[in-house]
Amino acid sequence: MTELTTPATKRRATFQWRGIAITVAAFVLALLVGAILMIVSDPEVAGQFAYLFTAPALPLGAAWAKVSSAYAALAVGALGSPAALAATTREAAPLICAGLGVGLGFRAGLFNIGAQGQAIVGAILAAWVGFALQLPPVLHVIVALLAGLLGGALWGGIVGYLKAKTGAHEVIVTIMFNYIAVGILAWLLTTPAFLRPGRQDPISPEVHPTSTFPGIFGQLHVGFLVALLAAFGTWWLIERSTIGFTIRAVGANPNAAGTAGMDVARTTIITMAIAGMLAGLAGVQVAIGPAANGVPTPLSQGIVGSVGFDAITVALLGRSRPLGIVFAGLLFGGLHAGGLSMQSIAGTPLTLSMVLQALIVLFVAAPGLVRTLVPFLRERRAVVAGGQA
Amino acid sequence: MKKSIVISGLAAALLLAGCATPPPASTAAPSATAGGATTAAAPASDFTACMVSDAGGFDDKSFNQTSYKGLTDAVAQLGVKQNEAQSKTTSDFATNIDQMVNAGCNIVVTVGFMLGDATLAAAKANPDVDFAIVDFAYSDESGANTAPENLRGLVFNTGEPAFMAGYTAASLSQTGKVGTFGGAKIPSVTAFMEGYAQGVKYHNEKKGTNVEVLGWNSESQDGQFIPGASPFEDLAGGKRVADTLVAQGADVILPVAGPAGEGGLQAAQASGGKVIGMWVDTDGYVSMPTYKSIIATSVGKAMDVAVFEAIKASKEGTFNNEVYVGTLENEGAYLAPFHDFDSKVSAETKAELEQIKADIIAGTITIEA
Repeated sequence: MTELTTPATKRRATFQWRGIAITVAAFVLALLVGAILMIVSDPEVAGQFAYLFTAPALPLGAAWAKVSSAYAALAVGALGSPAALAATTREAAPLICAGLGVGLGFRAGLFNIGAQGQAIVGAILAAWVGFALQLPPVLHVIVALLAGLLGGALWGGIVGYLKAKTGAHEVIVTIMFNYIAVGILAWLLTTPAFLRPGRQDPISPEVHPTSTFPGIFGQLHVGFLVALLAAFGTWWLIERSTIGFTIRAVGANPNAAGTAGMDVARTTIITMAIAGMLAGLAGVQVAIGPAANGVPTPLSQGIVGSVGFDAITVALLGRSRPLGIVFAGLLFGGLHAGGLSMQSIAGTPLTLSMVLQALIVLFVAAPGLVRTLVPFLRERRAVVAGGQA
Repeated sequence: MKKSIVISGLAAALLLAGCATPPPASTAAPSATAGGATTAAAPASDFTACMVSDAGGFDDKSFNQTSYKGLTDAVAQLGVKQNEAQSKTTSDFATNIDQMVNAGCNIVVTVGFMLGDATLAAAKANPDVDFAIVDFAYSDESGANTAPENLRGLVFNTGEPAFMAGYTAASLSQTGKVGTFGGAKIPSVTAFMEGYAQGVKYHNEKKGTNVEVLGWNSESQDGQFIPGASPFEDLAGGKRVADTLVAQGADVILPVAGPAGEGGLQAAQASGGKVIGMWVDTDGYVSMPTYKSIIATSVGKAMDVAVFEAIKASKEGTFNNEVYVGTLENEGAYLAPFHDFDSKVSAETKAELEQIKADIIAGTITIEA
């Protein structure tokens, strides 16, 4: 967020190395805490610790078996095979898009908590185009995509307008807009236009195959490439365009930017609209991106899951930079894909992979905490860092 | 300094806790707890039964949990192995079903209509694996079963016992008003409410009473639901809705809202004996013992039995795609005992309920729910 004031490239480089080291340390610490949780929460393994000094092989062996099987399943499910990598990209695509939406807001000093609502609106429109319209193959995907982008941009743009023209705080407004989006979706799913013919359950028809993102390999589909394209576009926008310069200026100091002749209100509206568009793209990913069985999930309550809130953590972890967000999205996508196989292979509850995500973000967001815990790691880390530099 | 004190304290605690002698039997390598950590009492079998939850998770004290009991019952009684997967988002459904198939499951039970598409697709792609889905059946417009050979729908005619509950409620009401509310307007919820309302209406016709139903209108097929994004988890919302019904004069309340229905029981309990509660899905007297003094009866939906039967059929090789419909007749849907209210329900009403049950089974009373 403070990149405008970059003093010297050298200082910046060291700052980034420290940031990466803290991220890695956060990851390791989270895995350690997760391991302890796994041991403590399994009564069979925890019970073995009564024999810690009389027969140390029992508890340590049991704990090792538990933790290693779970983390092995996590790694296999996220990275273990080309198919697993493809699944990771599928999980990552919506997280990257929504993360870009939140991150762009951060760069302009705006806390866009509304990625959830923007994604829902994007998903509604993309899915509607997908199941209600009959269009030729390639055109159908493009129209569904554009409809979703438009929906997200509108949902974010309204917030930007309210912020710019009335001073309403964007955090409050975006949170409220999340509720409105959830309500709209719930209501739409009771109307004949969205209900599946002959059904009363709140679930929409499946989208036409012509409007589905084509698959590339396994679960990897074109949507992931669209997400990467969006990341590149966002990078270009922020770092190379005039609008991006204005966004960063307003983010650094709106008063100074205004004094320098920049239109702060206009920038706020544009930023929120683009942020909403990116979050809307996340909704498009879930609405017309094929799930594991090759067919997109039909529109229903909970279609976007918690992508809008996960996106905040992705943006934090990626330090609001597009490339960082791509990697953070891939990490969280991998954690989720691996978490699903962790529960099926190793019998570890899905909640544990969510706890891991939360712990990683906790440690990343609190670098001071990592530094406090690091005395154990610092010497070793110094050697590693030295070797890499 | 402080830190070292804490650490040495922890070490001392560990030292004290860690000095037990291991039982001789367990000197063998500890069993890795992978795969759900189950110890089967029945003779072990290689057959694996698996379950995929909807977004709720298996501890929702409602339909995921009751269905899950069918799986654990099968483990205990049939000696099968179990595996399960919970879902975080709707796009996890397909992944989880795939994971279960890849993990070598012989039968995969999915819970809830939300998994309908994903289960059907998986059943078609894996003809060697059996599938069953709770609260859903596949049919075309004429009502014919369209499920493939290896997929069984498990549905429940909860309107039947709800009809009996409505009749009971009408007989117990002092104010002439009984209430119900739902978690969301979906068929698996409204079936209870419609049956309940018809039971009250039947009581009015037979006994010449004029008991009014609050919270559900049979004509408009609409009623009172908990507002909000996750109504089934919103206990406070359930209590508010129930309080409204009580304020309007209802003195018997049937909440049909999963965990949030507990709010309805809280409202009844707060009334100090004036308002009677009822429960759905399981026998609330057993599953919600805190409220046992105010639960007159429950409208049972034996998802555990249906799941158990599906697993058993699959294990024995008799599995087919015939839809399981839980009814009063096969006890897949039932009216729970009155327990503490046994003395308050008149012998006359009990006899009439027996007759109603026989009539429903014989088809002389039909419930359009």
